[in-house]
Amino acid sequence: MAAPGQSQRPTAGGSHGVSERSHEPVLQQFPEAEWDEAAGAIIAPLGQARALAEWLLGQGVDYCSNVTGVDYLEREVKEKVTGEDGKVETVTRTEPGRMDVVYHLYSMRKQTGPLVLKQRTGREHPQVQSLTPVWRSCELQEREVYDLFGVDFTGHPDQRRILMWDEFEGHPMRKDYTEPFDYEWEPTPHDEILDKHQRGKVIV
Amino acid sequence: MSSATATAPNYELIQQDGLDTGLLEVSMGPHHPSTHGVFRMDVKLDGETVVDLSPVFGYLHRNHEKLAENMSYLGSMPFTDRLDYFNSMTNNWAYALAAEKLVEIEVPERAEYLRVIMAELTRLVNHLSLVGFFVNDLGALGTPLLYAFREREKILDLFEQASGARMMCNYFRFGGLRNDVPEGWLDRAREVVDRFPVFLDEYEKLLCENEIILSRTQGVGNLSRDLAISAGITGPMLRASGERYDLRKVDRYGIYDRFQFRVPYSDGDVGDCYDRFIVRMLEMRESIGILKQALDGIEHGPVLGNAPKVFKPKPAEVYGRVEAPKGELGFYLIADGTPKPYRYRVRPPSLINLTVLRDMCLGQKVADAVIILGSIDIVLGEVDR
Amino acid sequence: MTTPNTSPGIDLDDTTRAELERAGVIVSKVDTLYNWARGGSVWPLTFGLACCAIEMIASATSRFDISRFGSEVFRPTPRQADLMIVSGTVTKKMAPQVVRIYNQMPEPKWVIAMGACAISGGPFKQGYNVLKGIDRYIPVDVYLPGCPPRPEAVLQSLNYLQEKIRTQDIQSDPAFTAGRRQYPVPEFTGTDLEPPYNPEVWQPPANPNAQPLEEATA
Repeated sequence: MAAPGQSQRPTAGGSHGVSERSHEPVLQQFPEAEWDEAAGAIIAPLGQARALAEWLLGQGVDYCSNVTGVDYLEREVKEKVTGEDGKVETVTRTEPGRMDVVYHLYSMRKQTGPLVLKQRTGREHPQVQSLTPVWRSCELQEREVYDLFGVDFTGHPDQRRILMWDEFEGHPMRKDYTEPFDYEWEPTPHDEILDKHQRGKVIV
Repeated sequence: MSSATATAPNYELIQQDGLDTGLLEVSMGPHHPSTHGVFRMDVKLDGETVVDLSPVFGYLHRNHEKLAENMSYLGSMPFTDRLDYFNSMTNNWAYALAAEKLVEIEVPERAEYLRVIMAELTRLVNHLSLVGFFVNDLGALGTPLLYAFREREKILDLFEQASGARMMCNYFRFGGLRNDVPEGWLDRAREVVDRFPVFLDEYEKLLCENEIILSRTQGVGNLSRDLAISAGITGPMLRASGERYDLRKVDRYGIYDRFQFRVPYSDGDVGDCYDRFIVRMLEMRESIGILKQALDGIEHGPVLGNAPKVFKPKPAEVYGRVEAPKGELGFYLIADGTPKPYRYRVRPPSLINLTVLRDMCLGQKVADAVIILGSIDIVLGEVDR
Repeated sequence: MTTPNTSPGIDLDDTTRAELERAGVIVSKVDTLYNWARGGSVWPLTFGLACCAIEMIASATSRFDISRFGSEVFRPTPRQADLMIVSGTVTKKMAPQVVRIYNQMPEPKWVIAMGACAISGGPFKQGYNVLKGIDRYIPVDVYLPGCPPRPEAVLQSLNYLQEKIRTQDIQSDPAFTAGRRQYPVPEFTGTDLEPPYNPEVWQPPANPNAQPLEEATA
């Protein structure tokens, strides 16, 4: 693909020019941690995220770049399962909803990264450990995740709303957040577009 | 790394003994000429000294992420322009870079060169405006800003000729650029670039050794290297604190590995407002060097690669980042196989650089808090999104 | 300066007026003189909200130079400003402050809604935190479309405003008769602003497709 003298193009999942930081030492140190191959992320074991983060900091992962939440609704997944008699069956199972808090970690000193760390929690009363005491850069970003996703960070020094006003109810970045009806009729093609949009047609 | 710097500060009001005067609470903003937009600082003052400061955000929270999750991938491109509205080209690039990781698209050679040219011109625009506003905050009302905007207009003309818009360029596409630059554009760009050092000389002569600037910025708003790293500070602000970390060198995205340039950084561990100011002045020189090399190296060819008509990536998670003029601008995308991103997240350098605002302002005079904020270089469109 | 011959008590035709002007006598109304002076010295408020603010600043810098139209004196305090250029997206969190600043401005005062966002919410209209146009809370004199409008457009909108000022009658215009106009500041609730609009200045347009309630429920 790349001609001589030409730079390597970025490929899916990895950063180019930087050696991918191996996740295996983390898994050796914390055998309960899971490795999500599809997402390329380490899923921190429940209640050990802070310890894991402190260990990582000791290993030279000194820079936490990005913190964000991801909301997964409860959904039905169709899977093809090969039965005992060799028949392929399609099985529908319900995947429970969950909330992920994603951290993108780098090492500035060693210039490596990214290492993706996830804390996984339920949707109803999401609660994870705050990593602000480990990396200060999480401070405002975890506040934002609290504001927009409603994730409670235990150990966060200053957890309050950051973007919306204090009286605001609900967490607007959640997938099931519905806005209160404040739409007045206006003489625009808006109705038609809204209708198309609701039928699943994407507007560019 | 010392663990002391990484711990979060105590948010209780700092009590001072032996004072019988009360503390004065001042709400600076959201409508305040020095806060560079609709940003608010709730400051507690003891006389003129800042004893507590808490930033208040959200006055320009335009729901960019929520809107983008209900839109096609390409539909968000014009919205990225409006994140950091000084630097639409680098915002475009960061988003295009992240999206190109989702789908294997090859960017043609000419487009890569033009991307570098546009990004470096954008860096000039940003640093120019920043220095203008910064000196404005110092009390030189208007005049240095007029100098800066005079040069900025020349670069905006180039953007307009290439993309049709002065500020909101919307010029990048997944796999290249929307259109090629018009005939003669490269010559005009070279003219602007060649004349730019003359302007920089003039500006440096006026500002860099100015007595007032020296005495008001040196030793004000110190930021140690350890705290800067822990707080995720990026961009010129990090380099002013002594860490030499530039994504153009570290990630070598695009074709930055072909160019010779240096990364200006401060030698000491002080990281005061003057360092941040000087690092940006030096970066402009380096940008001119990159621009000259890129204008020499560019050749004819297509500008848009084999981008698919319908952008519908397979399920994946990517994080793409570029060295925007304000720091590391990243886009975190989760694709779920539909034409819309399942999760779309912007990693805003301006917001994260504000993490240390309180640490830098404590114990300073309130007039210096304004300068410290100015030296961080924030744009509210990106802070609140 | 031509003046329409409508003033009570003065009955001059144009030829007489021209003759008088040749003789060095200018006959005019107080209105005309007053509006001419005010239109040429509109002091805008330094009030940047979002992207459009940069173009507003650019219109004040050397290339576009708004001072050619007498409006270069940008005032940071609303107490000294005549013109509020609402330059950018007004979010719900910011809307109360915008109304509050408007209330603090002395009469006569004017408002330019600059950019698509200030007019209607623009590209961000669907956002949960975006106000769908500042004219829901304060009266707007000139709508300046664009995303963002060019600095030349800012100058043109100022020209339109000056035209509007010239037609104002100081005896009947609310700017002069009603005292300082102050509008209720909306308050935050759990979901939205309360009230969602100020019925004094804005009403939702009537929907011709709306069905009467009986038909809709039948």
